[in-house]
Amino acid sequence: MSLYMKFMGIHLKGAMQYKISYLLTMLGQFLVSFNVFLGILFMFDRFHEVKSYRFSEVLLCYSIVLFSFSFAEMFMRGFDAFASTIGNGEFDRILLRPRNIILLVVSSKIDFTRFGRMIQAVIILIYGIRKSELVWGPARILTLLLMIAGGVVIFGCLFLVYASICFFTLEGLEFMNILTDGAREYGRYPFDVYGKAVMRFCTYLVPYTLFQYYPFQYLIGRTDRLYYLLYPLIGCLFMIPCLVLWRFGVRHYQSTGS
Amino acid sequence: MIEVKHISKTFRVSRRSAGFSEAFKALFHRQYECIKALDDISFTIEDGEMVGYIGPNGAGKSSTIKVLSGILTPDQGQCNIDGRVPWKNRIEHVRDIGVVFGQRSQLWWDVPVIDSFELLRDIYRIAARTYKDNLEELVTLLNLEDIIRTPARQLSLGQRMRCEIAASLLHSPKILFLDEPTIGLDAVSKLAVREFILQRNKTHKTTVILTTHDMQDIESLTKRIILIGKGKILMDGSLEEIRKQVETSGQNADELSIDEIVASLYHKYQIS
Repeated sequence: MSLYMKFMGIHLKGAMQYKISYLLTMLGQFLVSFNVFLGILFMFDRFHEVKSYRFSEVLLCYSIVLFSFSFAEMFMRGFDAFASTIGNGEFDRILLRPRNIILLVVSSKIDFTRFGRMIQAVIILIYGIRKSELVWGPARILTLLLMIAGGVVIFGCLFLVYASICFFTLEGLEFMNILTDGAREYGRYPFDVYGKAVMRFCTYLVPYTLFQYYPFQYLIGRTDRLYYLLYPLIGCLFMIPCLVLWRFGVRHYQSTGS
Repeated sequence: MIEVKHISKTFRVSRRSAGFSEAFKALFHRQYECIKALDDISFTIEDGEMVGYIGPNGAGKSSTIKVLSGILTPDQGQCNIDGRVPWKNRIEHVRDIGVVFGQRSQLWWDVPVIDSFELLRDIYRIAARTYKDNLEELVTLLNLEDIIRTPARQLSLGQRMRCEIAASLLHSPKILFLDEPTIGLDAVSKLAVREFILQRNKTHKTTVILTTHDMQDIESLTKRIILIGKGKILMDGSLEEIRKQVETSGQNADELSIDEIVASLYHKYQIS
């Protein structure tokens, strides 16, 4: 972790070398984020209820998914640009460092303009919690924290899968974005509103429902099943196949000519 | 000690002819060709040795360096470096080696070189005392005082190369891999780099493995030369032995420059 902070320092120093570019990007990101934020507000202004979920419930659900996504995205940024990391031979250098490869990839690209999005996610989360009309006891708070943690892990795993695929195709695959950005967009509603087929896909293939739908039912008081709050931890098992795929990719790394 | 036994590595390269229709066909049916980058490579290098590794472009020099430094996993064969297998014990292994790629920078582009050095200190967990001593020594020998506070992107190639070499020696590695360290340098910088490498080998007993196309590098630095072509090791011997080889093929080696000797070697083995 301390090494990650050191890397952050060097990226920050680098970013400060191009002050104007940095400020403009930050401004752009902020405007885009603000735009999205307004869009969400207008949308919720029109539709008050979807499949028996109330406005406040959907808002809470969305804010949790958005927050975990933004958090994962901010730290896993290095995987997003992994195709170019492999393409320009930077990955060779990473393999020459005596540290964990995943940590080094993640710290190789840190994009501070993403802070804008993170701030937006925090605002919506606070707004969602205040609007939720729920009594926040310890069990609820724990559920919320586990949902966020589970979401971060699962989105993080998807970024890792995305990067692992780059070892074989040398290009990122756009379809992976359906699983990441798509899940962020569709995840604003608890997944049962999309019907059984989607529920199955989102449980057994990519375990979104384990950090979203199931614990959320407990969170908003639709069920008394306390054990639902542990489902995000089961979702974390998704890490195992992802890490196996990653290791397989590293072993098959071909490097680039020089 | 570096022991390499029967290492092979094959790459799959996709091939197609030029033209749009060919590109379209390749979308559905791609033809692959297997290229043997390394074909049954074996050699042994003792501690403190300096070895020149030569061969034409695409012969497998960089691939060998990448296998030895743990970047690539070979298809077959064994490699043992001071008791470690590079691609299996990656972390322990890379702590003990330094690698300079002449064509690629390891410095962080936008920050002063000293910041890169400090980050490397943290990555390698170099003790404060050792770091200070090593930095002092490297700065003096490579004459870095004036450039260490400049961002890497504003350095000239020669200045940058000196910083690259310093960066790969901060953690006092036992083995140093240099992949074309003098490429594109002017005469003064080349001489400075060569002089430094010689010194380093003498004072620290660092094993140096050097790939280059510059035969003056080889002449002034190494006693032993390994010649590789099309993935195979063709020769392993001293410069003198190479001269003799050329003489047996009917040319008078004394009259030839080292570049001509190597060219005739490439010609002899039909690898150019």
